[in-house]
Amino acid sequence: MKRLVRSVRESWGRHTVANPFGGRLRWSFASLLALLVGLHSSIVSGELIPTPDFSSHSIPTTQVPSGSGLAWEYLDVAILVVALSLASYFALVTRSRRHLFLLSFASLVWFGFVRQGCVCSIGATQNVALAIFDNGYVIPLSVVAFFLLPLLFTLFFGRTFCAAVCPLGAIQEFVSVKNVQVPRWVDHSLGLMTWIYLGAAVIFSATGTAFLICRYDPFVGFFRLGGNANMMIAGGVLLLVGVFVGRPYCRYLCPYGAVLSVFSRFSRFHVRIPPTQCITCGLCSEACPYGAIESPVSRATPVEASRGRRRLGYLLVAAPLIVVAFAGLGAMMRGPLSRMDPEVQLAEQLRMETLGLTATTTDASEAFRNARRDERALLEKVLVTQERFRWLGVALGAWIGVVISVKLVSLAVRRPHADYRADTKNCVSCGRCFWYCPVPDGKAPGVTPTTGPTEPSQLVQIT
Amino acid sequence: MSDRRSPAADVSLPIAGRREFLVRGTRVAGAIALGSLGGFLAGRHGEAGETRWQLDPDKCVGCSHCSTYCVLDESAVKCVQCFDMCGYCDICTGYLDTNYHDVNTAAENQLCPTAAVVREFIEDKAGQRFYQYTIDEEACIGCGKCVKGCALMNGSLYLQVMHDRCVNCNECAIARVCPTQAYTRVPAEKPYLVKAQAQALYENKLGDENRSDDDPVEQLMRTVTMR
Repeated sequence: MKRLVRSVRESWGRHTVANPFGGRLRWSFASLLALLVGLHSSIVSGELIPTPDFSSHSIPTTQVPSGSGLAWEYLDVAILVVALSLASYFALVTRSRRHLFLLSFASLVWFGFVRQGCVCSIGATQNVALAIFDNGYVIPLSVVAFFLLPLLFTLFFGRTFCAAVCPLGAIQEFVSVKNVQVPRWVDHSLGLMTWIYLGAAVIFSATGTAFLICRYDPFVGFFRLGGNANMMIAGGVLLLVGVFVGRPYCRYLCPYGAVLSVFSRFSRFHVRIPPTQCITCGLCSEACPYGAIESPVSRATPVEASRGRRRLGYLLVAAPLIVVAFAGLGAMMRGPLSRMDPEVQLAEQLRMETLGLTATTTDASEAFRNARRDERALLEKVLVTQERFRWLGVALGAWIGVVISVKLVSLAVRRPHADYRADTKNCVSCGRCFWYCPVPDGKAPGVTPTTGPTEPSQLVQIT
Repeated sequence: MSDRRSPAADVSLPIAGRREFLVRGTRVAGAIALGSLGGFLAGRHGEAGETRWQLDPDKCVGCSHCSTYCVLDESAVKCVQCFDMCGYCDICTGYLDTNYHDVNTAAENQLCPTAAVVREFIEDKAGQRFYQYTIDEEACIGCGKCVKGCALMNGSLYLQVMHDRCVNCNECAIARVCPTQAYTRVPAEKPYLVKAQAQALYENKLGDENRSDDDPVEQLMRTVTMR
């Protein structure tokens, strides 16, 4: 170290002699030492050793590469439209599981491994949330297209995006081999997580704090052939679980799937089981890994009906209480929620260091102190952030309460039907039931519009 | 198409008709909502251009997180040399390891782990030897060792996100861990930043040639040119 200091000094000495601007160098040896012990970030404000005037050499300009341009983004959107159209066609018209399977393989290769999982519709939800709440953020048009197009297609054809376009769905579809039927109550309660995750993702992205969906994307590490070790492990576990429980991420975590399920409920055309042809063998219901084929529900007996009415009454009374209770819990979550913000983390670390509560410093706190930034200003800013997170916590809590109440009420309502039918909100049009249906001639449960009787002119007919 | 009434629907049971009406109404409402959301977002897009991630070299402390936290195997962040700020020193603190044995290009003397800083003799002026240091972008891993070293002197070496490599993640994984929060979104058409000092130097150098009526961003870009 000493040697370096000496040589640096010598070289500077020579500079002073050699060039006419040398006199402007006024750094003392003491300050140089100070620099060398680690305060280098703060000295940049000093004067520079001038660039020499060369007799023959001209000083080059820094060259940096330009961006990759928008061509890829528009290509992606075009491929998305083609893939969505094909998926809808395969699910509703050719009704071929093989076609869907091949298409989902192609989607996995393109959107997954070639484009490395970005842009994806699931993550685009956050960009849309941020663009709505933050005037300064400019959302790329391709991201808007990735968010809206699958929703639009779902409104007409059901969740065909999930069937064969989404790379996250595709990778799980391939490992779904041995299907275990998940008990209904487990399925319903875990399914709530998609909504809660959606609420959390929107709150954090709308405030520009974090993009949870991207951060906790379990499969992007596989697409990029490397990534955060914890997330790779989580992805591996999900795939292992996915061997027995179909599409665990889609059903119990995917926030975009939650939005799609609402749109799918009102879809114009959807895979349907025509009651006139169905022999009620229940094979499709057995075969469906996603529990998306509802078995017949008998009419309630008078006793059951009165009990059901009473239960519904209780739930309707309890619903506001649940919402209020969760909102209250959310208000107490200010600490953990606001800690997602890096500035809050930094301020807390600085506070702990000053109070002597921690012996270790972080990179951020060291850099903060070395740059001599104003701690008071930071703390004031952080207090505002924390106060904002108190209200965001209340909002998130209330949202969770609403989600739970709606689920409880919907479970308490009995909807009798004599036939097996597709649960349009959970069905991802994977086409497995086509394979298992024993009714000949048409090889599958027929496909009709979800509403009204069929007309010959319509896209798909009862076979 | 979606709200076309089929004649058969009129003769169906009242309950079915009501339910169907609701479903259709919701579907139309959903389509309208999607359309207006798309229109709103597209309208907002028209106000300004898109953004890319970039790190502010004046905030950077060369902590080396850039080389390890990027989602890419080989980080999108690489070092660049601002030649106008460089002193062309013989004893370069960005090039030589603190424990160097001799001032030459031998590997054990170099600070850079991948020998990405290329030293090249330029001129001998009154006994003072001047060297030019360029970054071999292929070899650079963005560890910032040279940046930290160079900060002892002129600080002409600094890190930048290279936009031929950056995949523009929603949440830049480096930005999340950057100790000085140096990462910001910058306009996509001017995706590189220079140090404030380089800017000042350049303004001096420009002098009275064409000082006036210049866009500040344009000025900022003059010390770096995009290939």
